[in-house]
Amino acid sequence: MAIIKVERPKLTVGEKIYFGSIFKGMVITLRHAFKSLLGKSTGAEALKSSGLGITMQYPEQKWDDQLPEYYRGAPALVTDELDRERCVSCQLCEFICPPKAIKITPAEIPSTDEWSKVEKRPKEFDIDMIRCIYCGMCEEVCPEQAIYLRPDYVITGTERSEMVHDKKRLYEIGGKRVGLVNKWNDLK
Amino acid sequence: MDTFLLIAAAIKIAAFIGITLTFVSICVIFERRFSAIIQDRVGPNRTMIPLTILGFKKDLALPIGGLTQPVADGLKFILKEDFTPSYVRKFFFWLAPALVVVPALLTMAVIPFGSPMEIGGQFIPLAIADLNVGPLFIFAIASLSVYGITLAGWASNSKYPFFGGVRACAQMISYEIALGLSVIPVLMFFGTLNLGHIVEDQVANGWLLLPLWNDGGFILSSGYWDDPQSAIQRLLLMVPIVISFVIFTTSIFAETNRMPFDLPECETELVGGYHTEYSSMKFALFFMGEYAAMVVGSALIVTLFLGGWSIGFGIDNLLPAGAWWVSLLHLGVFLGKVTVFILFFVLVRWTVPRFRYDQLMNLGWIVFFEAALINVFLAALVIAYPSIGLWGVLIGFILLLVVTILLITVAKGATKKPSATAV
Repeated sequence: MAIIKVERPKLTVGEKIYFGSIFKGMVITLRHAFKSLLGKSTGAEALKSSGLGITMQYPEQKWDDQLPEYYRGAPALVTDELDRERCVSCQLCEFICPPKAIKITPAEIPSTDEWSKVEKRPKEFDIDMIRCIYCGMCEEVCPEQAIYLRPDYVITGTERSEMVHDKKRLYEIGGKRVGLVNKWNDLK
Repeated sequence: MDTFLLIAAAIKIAAFIGITLTFVSICVIFERRFSAIIQDRVGPNRTMIPLTILGFKKDLALPIGGLTQPVADGLKFILKEDFTPSYVRKFFFWLAPALVVVPALLTMAVIPFGSPMEIGGQFIPLAIADLNVGPLFIFAIASLSVYGITLAGWASNSKYPFFGGVRACAQMISYEIALGLSVIPVLMFFGTLNLGHIVEDQVANGWLLLPLWNDGGFILSSGYWDDPQSAIQRLLLMVPIVISFVIFTTSIFAETNRMPFDLPECETELVGGYHTEYSSMKFALFFMGEYAAMVVGSALIVTLFLGGWSIGFGIDNLLPAGAWWVSLLHLGVFLGKVTVFILFFVLVRWTVPRFRYDQLMNLGWIVFFEAALINVFLAALVIAYPSIGLWGVLIGFILLLVVTILLITVAKGATKKPSATAV
C-alpha cells in the first residue's frame, strides 16, 4: 500500500481574515434559530415538540403513550377476576423493600368469608411514595402476583401524608388484572 | 430656573437608571430565551404575575410568558444565603461587587436616550449629563470596573478566582487601547466629543454606518450630490469607519467579558472565574454589572455608529422637534436599537467559540492595535483631502501602505511559533 499523505487544507485569504467566516456562522445560527422558532428543528416531529425547538412542554403534553411495557412507575395492588384481593399479606415485599417503603398490617380472613381458605389478607397496606425507589423488587418477590409496578409516574402531594398510598389508593391504581396464575379458585 | 434644571436632572437620573436596570433584566430574559431558541429549547416561559398571593383567583400570564422571570430571579438572589467564606479578605471582598456595578451604571450618564424635550421653552437634553467629553468619560469610568473584577479575584483568596481576576485585568486593559484608538476616526469625522451633537449630526447627514441621506436628500436623488466632492469623501470614509466599527464592537465584547472573550469566567477552566466565591446578592451585583456594561456598550455603539435615537431616512426632520411624544418615540427607537444589539451579542455568543488566551492577546495587541492605529491615519487622509489635495493624499496613502506592510511583516515575525527543532 502506498502511503497517501493527506495535506491539511490551506486557508484562503478570506478565511484568514476571519470575519467572513464569523458572518457565515452567524447566518447559520440565525437560520437554526428561525427553524427552532417555527418548530421545524431536526427531529422535532419524532420528539413530539411543542412547536418551539424540540422540547415537549410537560404538564400540557405528556409522553405517556410512548412509555414502554416494562416501565416501572408506582407500585400498586391488583385484584383477580372475581375481585378478590390477590395479596395474602405474606409480607415478603415488606421485607425485601430496600428503602423500607412498604408497611403491611396482616389480618385473618374470618371463616364466614367466601375466601376463608386463603386465611390472610392485608388490613393495612401502605407504600410511602417518598421512600419508594421504583426498583420493582416487590413485584419480583411476590408469590401471589399481587403487586405490580404501574406506568403511573405523576405522584405529587403538598404534604407528606398525601404521599403515602394506602390500600384503597393502591387498588385504585392497580385495578383488576386477569390471566394470572390462580391458586385459590377454579378459573384457569 | 436653576431649581427647574435640578429637578429635571433628578428625574432624568431616576428614569435612566431605572431604564438601564430594567434593561439589564430584559437582557437576561432575552439572552435566556434567545439562547434556548438557538439550542432548540424553550427557555423560561412560565413565570407569571403571582396574583394569587394577593388573593386573586388566577395568576396573570403575560402574552409572552416568562417576561417576569427576571423578577423571580432577582427575588431568589436577595433571599439566598449571603455566604462569606472565612478565608477571604473581607473588606475588599465586600467592595469588589460595588466596584463592578457602579462604573457600569455611571457610564450611562452621558448617553443621549432621546431627542431634547421642550419643557417651558427650554430644550432639556435627554441625557443625564450632556458632557462635551462623552466618549472619554465613558472610557475613563468603564475602565474602573477592572478594579472590581481584579479585587474580587484577589480578595477571594482562592486560586480560580485569582486566575480569573488576572485574566480579566490583562484582557480589559489590552482591549481598552484598541477601543480608544478605534473610536478616534469617528471623533475626527464628527469633530466633537459631545454624544448629543454626534447624534444630531447623524440625524442630518445619515447614520455613520448608513450615509444614505444628507441635507440635500437621499443618495439616489440629485440633491445628495449637490456637493459631489464631500459626498464622495463621505462614501470613501466608509472604509475606515467600517474598520472602526468592527474593531470597536469586538473590543466592547472583550471589555464586557462576553463570549467569545469570556476567559475570566470560563467554566471549563476556572469553575466560575472571579466570582466563584460569591453568592447571593453579591454575585447578582457582578451579574448585573456585566449586563449593565453590555447595555452601555451597546448603547455607545448605537450612539456612535447607528444614529443613536434617530429614526433615520429623513423622518426625524418631519416630526416637530421638542414635542414630548417625539422625544419618547426617539427614546423607544433608541431602546429598540439597543435591544437588537443585545440580541446580536447573544447570537455571537452561540456562534463563535471561545478563544485561547494567547489568541486573545494576539488579537488585541498585534491585530487590533495596529489596525486601529493605521485606521486613524487612513481616516485622516480621507478627511484631509480638501486641504492637502489629491497628490498629498496619494503620497500619504503610499507612505501608509509601506508602513502597513512593514507592520504586518513585524507582526508576523512576532506571532511565529518557535520551531520544534530550535529547542
